[in-house]
Amino acid sequence: MSELTTQDITRIRQDFPILQTNVHGNPLVYFDNAASTQKPFSVINSINSFYTHHYSNVHRSVHYLSEKATELYESARETIREFIRAKESREIIFVRGTTEAINLVAQSYGRSLIKAEDEILITEMEHHSNIVPWQMLCEQTGAKLKVAPINDEGELILDKFLELLTSKTKFVALTHISNSLGTINPIKQIIKAAHKLHIPVLIDGAQAVPHMAVDVQELDCDFYVFSGHKLFGPTGIGVLYGKTELLEKMSPYQGGGEMISRVTFEKTTYNTLPFKFEAGTPNISGAIGLKAAVDYINNIGLTRIMHYEKSLLNYLTQEIQKIPDVRLIGTAKNKAAIVSFVMGNIHPHDIGTILDQQGIAIRSGHHCNMPLMQRMQVPATARASLAFYNTKEEIDHFLNALEQVKKVFH
Amino acid sequence: MSDLQELYQEVIIDHNRQPRHCHAMADATHHAEGFNPLCGDQLTLYLKIQDEKIVDISFQGQGCAISTASASLMTEALLGKTITEAQKLFKTFHVALTAKELPATSKDLGKLQALIGVREFPMRVKCATLAWHTFDAAMHHQQKPISTE
Repeated sequence: MSELTTQDITRIRQDFPILQTNVHGNPLVYFDNAASTQKPFSVINSINSFYTHHYSNVHRSVHYLSEKATELYESARETIREFIRAKESREIIFVRGTTEAINLVAQSYGRSLIKAEDEILITEMEHHSNIVPWQMLCEQTGAKLKVAPINDEGELILDKFLELLTSKTKFVALTHISNSLGTINPIKQIIKAAHKLHIPVLIDGAQAVPHMAVDVQELDCDFYVFSGHKLFGPTGIGVLYGKTELLEKMSPYQGGGEMISRVTFEKTTYNTLPFKFEAGTPNISGAIGLKAAVDYINNIGLTRIMHYEKSLLNYLTQEIQKIPDVRLIGTAKNKAAIVSFVMGNIHPHDIGTILDQQGIAIRSGHHCNMPLMQRMQVPATARASLAFYNTKEEIDHFLNALEQVKKVFH
Repeated sequence: MSDLQELYQEVIIDHNRQPRHCHAMADATHHAEGFNPLCGDQLTLYLKIQDEKIVDISFQGQGCAISTASASLMTEALLGKTITEAQKLFKTFHVALTAKELPATSKDLGKLQALIGVREFPMRVKCATLAWHTFDAAMHHQQKPISTE
């Protein structure tokens, strides 16, 4: 298997129109991939083409366009199934994004199967989307939320986590990769431990699927969720993977058309999987765009992407620490290409604004990780998050710009 | 870089590094809290008002250079002013930062003109106006923290 070369990256960058633009008179350096990713022509064109040539509602009609649109939509479902190595395509539910997927599980699984005094276990490093739905569920059911701690490097303290898995624990939800710290969690080990106690596990894979190969059968997770827009696909589309036996047990999330089998005013029966959880007209163009994104990634190869991003991470980490007053937040041994940092007393927002003027897009703030920021004892961080279309030259430009920031605040 | 230079000019850097009137006030007659949760800027503002005049003003908090400098410049501008003068200044400042065209009244802002550059950075306007909205909240004895987000 060959590595990605400089020529490969140059060619890849040509596929992304926005990477050719300027911001405030400078070439765009897009280091905000953990927030969302840029789209290649093939994704943009697939959506365009659908609306131009094949648009219709899906599953509804016997005419040609509807048949075509349904074919494209269901083909996208099959592509996703293959992408995460799920057993059956009815285990792939299209939703709006990671947040909706987690809310669906919390309400649909949680409301019927979680009782008062049950415990739901999450971690200190979770995104708000993997905290708040569980808090809401606890409020509704009287269940208790337990939080597994992390160490100062931003790693889960595994024995403390395992201690929190008790006979009272009825659900575990944790992130595959932390969006602020970049920490890659030992989810396979955790799933195994949870399953010994018959506890189902939901994995937030939003930051993982764009950067590493995910095999849900090998992981044996019960639910796996992610967003299309972080995977070089459009916004408004995401995926909930769930094991068939669990999804069958769960009551529907939203009611309406498509998710029904038969409706009378006396009684309504529900549709089979996956449609039981896809009420209303879905984001058809979103699913089609997402398929194009997955096809694009597969063409490059996730293993090559992972290796290339690792080399970028190593370079950035090594060089940024040469700048005095820079402190990295998140120094796990096993990390993705996400670098959060603080720089002396300079507020991340000021760093962000000054970098923006040089065309560099980073994120500054709490990254929807307010409890994590509190744990790491920082009000906010500046975060550079990379993807396979970023380069070493861009990193050098970024490091130079940080020196400029220091000059402004001498 | 010139827009940036306008924003992060010496006055702002100076007030951020050494904010004026930055301390608590035990005998405040009015106080309020301002908090922008999305960006993390937070301040508590204290006022001592006697005979409709601001005889003392101070703040404590943490946040970006813009919010800190704005709070510091505000305390300098408001100390010794009557309530009416202070509220007029608040309106002038707010309009100067948010109106489509820069109004002529912005010339009445004195040292506060240092913050006019924030107009070119719409995402940061809330940082500059936080202290002022907190002042307004204090005048109305607002119990809950206010936000400019």
